[in-house]
Amino acid sequence: MSEMSDLYQELILDHKRNPRNFRDMPDATRAVDGHNPLCGDQLRLFVKVADGKVEDVSFIGVGCAISVASASMLTEAVRGKTVEEAQRLFVEMHDLLTSDHPRADPADLGSLGALAGVHEYPMRVKCATLSWHTLDTALTSDEESVTTE
Amino acid sequence: MSAAILSTPTDSWDVERVRRDFPVLGQQVHGYPLAYLDNAATTQKPRAVLEALDHYYRHDNSNVHRGVHALAERATRDFEAARESVRRFVNARSSREIVFLRGTTEAINLVASSFGQGLREGDEVILTAMEHHANIVPWQLLRERTGIVLRVVPITPSGELDLDALPGLFGPRTRLLALTHVSNALGTINPIEDIIAAAHEHDVPVLLDGAQAVPHLRVDVQALDCDFYAFSGHKLFGPTGIGVLYGRERLLEAMPPYQGGGEMIRTVSFEKTTFAGLPQRFEAGTPDIAGAIGLGRAIEYLESLDWEAAMAHEARLLEYATERLQAVPGLRIIGQAGAKVPLVSFVMDDVHPHDMGTILDHRGLAVRAGHHCAMPVMTFYQVPATSRASMAFYNTFDEIDRLAEALRYAREMLA
Repeated sequence: MSEMSDLYQELILDHKRNPRNFRDMPDATRAVDGHNPLCGDQLRLFVKVADGKVEDVSFIGVGCAISVASASMLTEAVRGKTVEEAQRLFVEMHDLLTSDHPRADPADLGSLGALAGVHEYPMRVKCATLSWHTLDTALTSDEESVTTE
Repeated sequence: MSAAILSTPTDSWDVERVRRDFPVLGQQVHGYPLAYLDNAATTQKPRAVLEALDHYYRHDNSNVHRGVHALAERATRDFEAARESVRRFVNARSSREIVFLRGTTEAINLVASSFGQGLREGDEVILTAMEHHANIVPWQLLRERTGIVLRVVPITPSGELDLDALPGLFGPRTRLLALTHVSNALGTINPIEDIIAAAHEHDVPVLLDGAQAVPHLRVDVQALDCDFYAFSGHKLFGPTGIGVLYGRERLLEAMPPYQGGGEMIRTVSFEKTTFAGLPQRFEAGTPDIAGAIGLGRAIEYLESLDWEAAMAHEARLLEYATERLQAVPGLRIIGQAGAKVPLVSFVMDDVHPHDMGTILDHRGLAVRAGHHCAMPVMTFYQVPATSRASMAFYNTFDEIDRLAEALRYAREMLA
C-alpha cells in the first residue's frame, strides 16, 4: 500500500500553496490552453522563446494540487533551457509519470522527482502530465489547446 | 465541536443485518473498512441479485421469445416475469408500457429519437438547468437534426427549480417537458406532481429522468400521471446494462420504432416489414436477459425490506451528514433544497475535489469527485467540480463520522 505522503510530498504541497510563475505573460511567443476534461483542470501556459531558448515561462488556471504543483515545478525547471532540452525533459517526465519502468532515476530530476509518486495513482497521472503536454504542444505545434483525453 | 450535540443517531432500521445482504460491503480498502458513499453513481448488489445472474447463466441461459425448448421457455418466462415486477414496481397499467433498454440514457435517447420524429423545426422542448447530460445531449442532437428549440427552466441558489419561470416557458409549440425527478448533482427532489399538472394544462407530455429517484422514492406512474419515466437497473441495486422506459401506451403506440432488427418485427420481406406490438417493437435484438432477470430480483429484494424504515434511515443519514459536514471548516454544501435524497455535494476552500477524492479513498471512503455529468450545474455554482457523498439504506452513521473526520484531515493537509 502506498502512503498518502508519497503523493502529497511537502515540496508538492508547497508548490500548490505558492505556485511559482503564476502570472499572465502579455509578450509570450506562445500561449496554449491545457484542459483535463475528466476533472476540469484548466490551465494556460505561456512561453517566451527567443534564439531557441525558453527565456520565460508562466501559467495561470485552476486545478488540483497535483496539476498546479506540476505546472509550477515545470516553470522552474524549464526556464532558461533550450527548446531541445525542454522537449527532452517533457519526454523524460512523461516516461517518469506513466511508465512502470521509467528510464530516469527520480533522484536525477531534482525537485521534479517529487512527482514520481503520482505513478502509483493511475487516476491522477493525467493531473500531473497536463502541464507537460501543454508545454510540448507550445514548443512543437501550432495548436492553441490540448486536452488529456 | 461538541459530541453532545452531534451524538450518533439511532433508528429502528437494522442496518447491520441489511449490510450482510451486500457481499461487496464487507471488504477492506487501503486497510480501512470500505465506506461506499458513491451510490448515486451506482449501487451495490444484494446477494439475491448475484445469485439470480448466476442461476440464469448456470441453468437457464437461452434466447427469449423464440425456441420451443425447455431452456428458451424458462428464459422467456423469467424475462417476462421481470417485466411484470417492473410494472408492479412503478405501478404501470400494463407491462406493454415497460420497455427494457440499456439504461436511463438509452431510454431518453429512444424518446428523443422516436417521439422526436414527430417534431418539426420550431417545435419546443423544455428542459431544466439541473439535468444530467443524458437529458440534454439527446435533445441537442435532435435540435441539430430537426431545428427544434430548447427552453430551460432555471435553478435558484438553493438548488431548486425556479418554478415561477415555468409558466412563461410554455407556448403553442411546446411539445415536451423533459426533466429529472431528482438531481444527481444536488440531490434535489423536484415537485414533479405540480410540474406535471402545469404541463398537462398546456397539453404538454412529460418525460421524467428517474435514475436518481427510484432508489429513494416510491414511484407510481399512474399517480404521477407522467407520460414517460426512465430509470437504470444498476442504480436500483440491480445489474448494469439494463434499464427501463415506462411510456404511456397511447404515446408508445403512435411512436415509430427506435432501432430495427430481430425481436421487434412481426414479418419481414424485402418489400415490406411489419413491426411487433408493444413493447417488443422498441426492443430490437437479443435483450440483456440476465440483466432484466437481475433487475426483477433487485425489485423483489427491495419489496422484501421494510421500506418505510429504510427511508426513515436515509432521511436520518441525510440530516446527520448535512449537520456533520456543515461543521467542517471551509466546507460549503452545494445544493440545499428543502427536499433532498441522501446526497451531499460539497466543495472545500483550497482543496480540489480530486485531491479530496484521493485522500478519502486512502481512508476507505468511496465518494465521487467531478462534474457529475451536470456541467451546467457546475457553471451555475461557478465551481469546476464538487465532491459528492451519496448514500443508500445500507450506509451507517459511523461512515458519516469517518467522512467528516477525513474531511478535516484533508483540509489540514492541503489547505
